[in-house]
Amino acid sequence: MKFAGLDTLLPGETGIVGKLETPSFEVRQRLMEMGLTKGVLVSVVRVAPLGDPMEIELRGYRLSLRRKEAEAVKVQTGKS
Amino acid sequence: MFRDTVDIGVGHIAIIGNPNSGKTALFNALTGMRQRVANYPGVTVEKKEGKISLEDGREIVLLDLPGSYSLTPRSPDEKIATDVLLGRLEHTPSPDTVICVIDASNLERNLYLLCQIIDHEIPVVVALNMVDVAEQNGVFVDPVRLAATLGVRIVPTVATKGIGIRELKLAIAEKVLPSLRTRQWSVGEPMQSEISELKDLLLNLQNLNETEAFHESVYLLSSPTLSVEQRKKFRPEILAHVQQDHQRLDALGIDRLSSIVEARYDWIQRVCEQVVSRSHRKDISLTDKLDKVLTHRVWGFVIFLLLMTVMFQAIFTWATVPMDYIGQGFNGVGSLVATLLPPGDLRDLIINGAIAGVGAVVTFLPQILFLFLYIGILEDTGYMARAAFIMDRVMSKVGLHGKSFIPMLSSFACAIPGIMATRTIENKKDRLVTILTAPLMSCSARLPVYALLIGAFIPTRTVLGFLNLAGLTLVSMYLVGLLAALGSAWLFKRTLLKSETPTFIMELPPYKIPSMRSVLLQMWNRSMQFLKRAGTIILGVSIILWFLATYPKLGHGTPSDQLQHSFAGQAGHLMEPLIKPLGFDWKIGLGLVGSLLQREVFVSTMGTIYGIKDANESIGNASLRERLQEDVDPVTGRHTFTTLTAICLMIYYVLAMQCMSTVAVVKRETNGWKWPAFQFAYMTGLAYAVTFVVYHVGRFLR
Repeated sequence: MKFAGLDTLLPGETGIVGKLETPSFEVRQRLMEMGLTKGVLVSVVRVAPLGDPMEIELRGYRLSLRRKEAEAVKVQTGKS
Repeated sequence: MFRDTVDIGVGHIAIIGNPNSGKTALFNALTGMRQRVANYPGVTVEKKEGKISLEDGREIVLLDLPGSYSLTPRSPDEKIATDVLLGRLEHTPSPDTVICVIDASNLERNLYLLCQIIDHEIPVVVALNMVDVAEQNGVFVDPVRLAATLGVRIVPTVATKGIGIRELKLAIAEKVLPSLRTRQWSVGEPMQSEISELKDLLLNLQNLNETEAFHESVYLLSSPTLSVEQRKKFRPEILAHVQQDHQRLDALGIDRLSSIVEARYDWIQRVCEQVVSRSHRKDISLTDKLDKVLTHRVWGFVIFLLLMTVMFQAIFTWATVPMDYIGQGFNGVGSLVATLLPPGDLRDLIINGAIAGVGAVVTFLPQILFLFLYIGILEDTGYMARAAFIMDRVMSKVGLHGKSFIPMLSSFACAIPGIMATRTIENKKDRLVTILTAPLMSCSARLPVYALLIGAFIPTRTVLGFLNLAGLTLVSMYLVGLLAALGSAWLFKRTLLKSETPTFIMELPPYKIPSMRSVLLQMWNRSMQFLKRAGTIILGVSIILWFLATYPKLGHGTPSDQLQHSFAGQAGHLMEPLIKPLGFDWKIGLGLVGSLLQREVFVSTMGTIYGIKDANESIGNASLRERLQEDVDPVTGRHTFTTLTAICLMIYYVLAMQCMSTVAVVKRETNGWKWPAFQFAYMTGLAYAVTFVVYHVGRFLR
């Protein structure tokens, strides 16, 4: 299995959340409670016009987070 | 209106839900106009209550809890919601029944909070809201199955259309019991047995009940390390046990936090599989289509700037019609009083002190109503979140959060709700930086000052084909404020309140047609706050200023001589050397001192000062503009106000902290005088310095 940071996904691409390597406990807890847990399917919807933050879709709703936080979210993608 | 409510057996009822779940719309639908806003004692979170008339004629009070994603609080707002629910707050009894609002179109994430509430054995009735939106998206939730699975009463609602409100009222009129189907999720071994072991220990040693013991053990085990609070709260035997557990579980490579959250979500997912059926989803939703444009790299910003420009141009053109009527109305009242009362000091006080002072401010009500309406609509449609999304990069450049953008944008209306809106910012330092800089945004109280000065000294010429010079000057003032706010924020984040740029984790809700009821209700509440201030503080200040400008009596000479002789004139003259370098004379000095309380007082001060020359003159703004244009210094023969003076004065008003209500709010929000005092000092210093530079550069260029 190959994991990549969520920030490397392009708009329209999807991945399955593997692990949150977020250093801060609070941020990790927040991300998880917002539904970003292991095994969840996420897709990148778009990136903000100035390049950051990005908009993702998970569990049927839209969430925005910065590339810095997205980088720590490791996802499994269809890409090899 | 609330004190008379007798306890009729229903007890305390509170409403809670995720942000964007339609909780406010539901609260409004249940309570109508009968609401009041106060604060929780000792903290700064808004406590909103409303009255519900039940079908059987009983009246009960509904408490609106701040929108929360979970009962593990991260912001002061969420903490209050949790504390009230769990009965941890003094003077606020824990609710006997909770209405939990669930967004049917976003069921999974919304069920997380409900799952926690059920686990805490809180008696809950669920409002399954926005079922219409869900069905449009092809999501059909079976309320009967959901109720059976969760063991709670479920009422499908569409709050914005009033659907299900009657059924919800009937549901809360009955005695609501906690669900018996608690903790249906499980974490797997060895976490599960560690939780029950710790729970038993807490039951024996800490005097907790079964539910409390369970939640404390989950919380203790999922914490990264023991917090100071936990160390104080629990007995040493328990702390030692928890530490051992931490070590053992960590050694096994178990992620203690994620296993709990995952267990809850796994269960929620299974529930959703049972109760949700989906039809084919439309290819591209309306939200997607709108977002393609509104967050576009070019059009996104063009539309954002356009929306702001429309707002500023509109309050200067559309709002002037009702403003003129109000001005005429106050003139009429003034003339009427003049015919009813004999000439003398009392008549003079009523016409030139009271009516003139209040009239000058009430005249601006149309502009303020429009501003609150506009911002309210932007918030309610979901556009504000997109504004934060496209502006976050800019905000993070100065070290702030896209969320700081919303308080700052709200401060365009009034810094007070803006500062209150910072409560959603989790990080303390970021919140403080936002509080310190938000009042630099040009609020509606500055508008009367801009309106008077632009109206009198900036010609309404058309430039660049379609822009109005007066409108352009106004937009520039807003830009000066915006740049000053961002610049100061950048500086504070690097010096005084040094900290990392906060994280930006924000939901982007689907766009919706704004609920005009909610928007208008909010506009009404906010405008009434403004009027109350206008009615009380400004009336008082107007009367004091009238007194200062009327006494001691000279008894002879022109009205101008009388004014120079008065207390006010003396005070203005005393401070003249201090403000002379800014191009201001003693009359402007008097206006500045008078408006330390509130900026718009400047207009009524000018009205009082210039109105005194001829007590029977009309009060309206147009005549005041002429007075300002005509006023000539008796010694030098030069005009008191020039275009440069007007611009300098406006810049001073952009930057200076001329609002005691804001000072009071900052004091309350920061729990002390230190920060408001600092804020007052830095803003006044900044205003003086910038105005000084502009005045001297302006004179040099001329």
